[in-house]
Amino acid sequence: MSFLNRNVSETQIRLKDRLWLYIFSILVLFLLIVPSLVVIPMSFSGSQYLEFPPKSFSLRWYEAYFFSSSDNGMGFNDWMGATWTSIKVAVLTIFVATPIGTMAAYGLSNSSARVRGILFPIMISPMAVPIILVAIGLFYFFVQFKMVNSITGLVLGHSLVAMPLVLIIVLSALRNYDMNQEKVARSLGASRLRAFFEITLPQIKFSIISACLISFLTSFDEVIISLFVSGGDNSTITRAMFLALRDQIDPTIAAISTVLIIISSGLLLLTQLFGDKKD
Amino acid sequence: MQSNALNISINDVTKTYGDFYALKDVSLEVKSGEFLTLLGPSGSGKTTLLMVLAGFTRPDYGSVKFGNEEVVTKPPHLRDIGMVFQNYALFPHMNVEQNIGYPQKLRGKSKSEVKESVAEALSIVKLDGLGHRGVAELSGGQKQRVALARAIVFKPQILLMDEPLSALDKKLREEMQIELRQLHDSLTMTTVYVTHDQKEALTMSDRIAVINDGELKQLGSPNEIYTNPNNAFIADFIGESSLLPAKVISNKTYLGASEIMISHPSKDDGDYLLVIRPEKLFLANGKEKDTNLFSGIVEGSIFQGESQLLVIKLDPGSFGEQSLRMRLPNGSNIGQKVPISGEKISVGLRKSDSFLVE
Repeated sequence: MSFLNRNVSETQIRLKDRLWLYIFSILVLFLLIVPSLVVIPMSFSGSQYLEFPPKSFSLRWYEAYFFSSSDNGMGFNDWMGATWTSIKVAVLTIFVATPIGTMAAYGLSNSSARVRGILFPIMISPMAVPIILVAIGLFYFFVQFKMVNSITGLVLGHSLVAMPLVLIIVLSALRNYDMNQEKVARSLGASRLRAFFEITLPQIKFSIISACLISFLTSFDEVIISLFVSGGDNSTITRAMFLALRDQIDPTIAAISTVLIIISSGLLLLTQLFGDKKD
Repeated sequence: MQSNALNISINDVTKTYGDFYALKDVSLEVKSGEFLTLLGPSGSGKTTLLMVLAGFTRPDYGSVKFGNEEVVTKPPHLRDIGMVFQNYALFPHMNVEQNIGYPQKLRGKSKSEVKESVAEALSIVKLDGLGHRGVAELSGGQKQRVALARAIVFKPQILLMDEPLSALDKKLREEMQIELRQLHDSLTMTTVYVTHDQKEALTMSDRIAVINDGELKQLGSPNEIYTNPNNAFIADFIGESSLLPAKVISNKTYLGASEIMISHPSKDDGDYLLVIRPEKLFLANGKEKDTNLFSGIVEGSIFQGESQLLVIKLDPGSFGEQSLRMRLPNGSNIGQKVPISGEKISVGLRKSDSFLVE
């Protein structure tokens, strides 16, 4: 067992002194990931019901997902239709939340500490308020404007939640950016807008891309606002899943979840790749 | 001095931040083709004034004219001025060539025109052949040159520089000071240069505007500013000096109990400061004419390379409790005995070098 006496840090800490920490960390990582992964084997089950571990294997639940019909009697369109709604809303959310969040971040980073201190908490308040309150508020608000069950309403709702994340990501990128460069560009003859697009934007582009992916994910994974303000043909996949779970426990949910996990973790991975690049 | 560069007229420019006056009624004429330095300590308002010229700061009131054109409300990108910032602020996503070519691109120049002017600018700043380098591969001095090339590539008539050399080490800084001055002389530009380094200002400028507390304290050639500072702040800020409290009573000047001679004796009664430049003092033998003699004890004698610094405590009976600094060149005074600590000594200051400030 001599390897236990190996040094594991710059100081004189040996492996056996640190072992508990490594085991603890692995356990934490395990607990973080496993609940999401449990659905994957369940999705390949041949059984009628959600079971773990599955006794037989089949792809029938994937078939049920990809080739579902709309007469499911559950108050939403078919699974694929709901998936497309989710994707459409998520993509539109990118185009609303990212520009607004970026502009807000730019404004904040160019304002005095006092103004920033007042505006920043207001701008990130959708993150601080329980999301169900936001959802209820949105519902009553949208009723006034006949926007319940509309794509527009959903996109606005999701953008509300995604915008603070964009703001935080872009703000931190701008914190490491030397605003003097924009001043230089302006002194050299660029208008402020042009200076932003030609000098600032190329240098924070990876953060902007991260912000886009995070906006997409925020909308795609969102369920509470969707429950309140989407419905019928404009149900999102998360809403459809939630309703389906309430009525019947069906391994289709596991198959959908598996697909969603792949999409989400793929995007998250992309975010990490872009986030790692130095802006 | 070329005469076809734009002159700058600054009139009554005031800028406040709350109760704080960053600039207070500053009026200043920068002549065409002149190299003018705004000199002052940090927080004095010199950079604010430069930003007013660049268009980044709008004064509360006052006028700024380039030639005959009022520019106070003109946005920075339409002012057509070259500007070099303190931290270079090169664009890291562009290489050297693209950095320098950027202002030309903004001016809608053709590719060949851009290329030509970039090559010319690179050769002016002695960076020929480095056009394809990335910005991160450059040394501090090279970055400075690129920033400079970028600011002059479109041949602006006005060049503004905000402490451009402050990040360089001393030796490189002194080389660049001379090079910048030569560059100014060879191009047709009116240059406004901001620094807190009095030696840099003395080295480079045609004229120096000393700024403190948002006000223009003195404007003049380096020689005038150095030999004739008009107040204690400038005497202290520019060059080394000992400032000793002196009194004027009916046209006679007293330092402690002793009467001294001064170069411009027409001062009203009151309290003043006698300005003594350490290098103007000399070891006296008592026979000099028109010379103030100060006797005292050497408190410290410090070797500083090119000179020996002496701290002399004056004879309290005659001059009161005060000390002054004296600098003896270490060059050709072979055979001259260097005073040592504790030694009694008598030093002289010519009447023409003795002056009072308020």
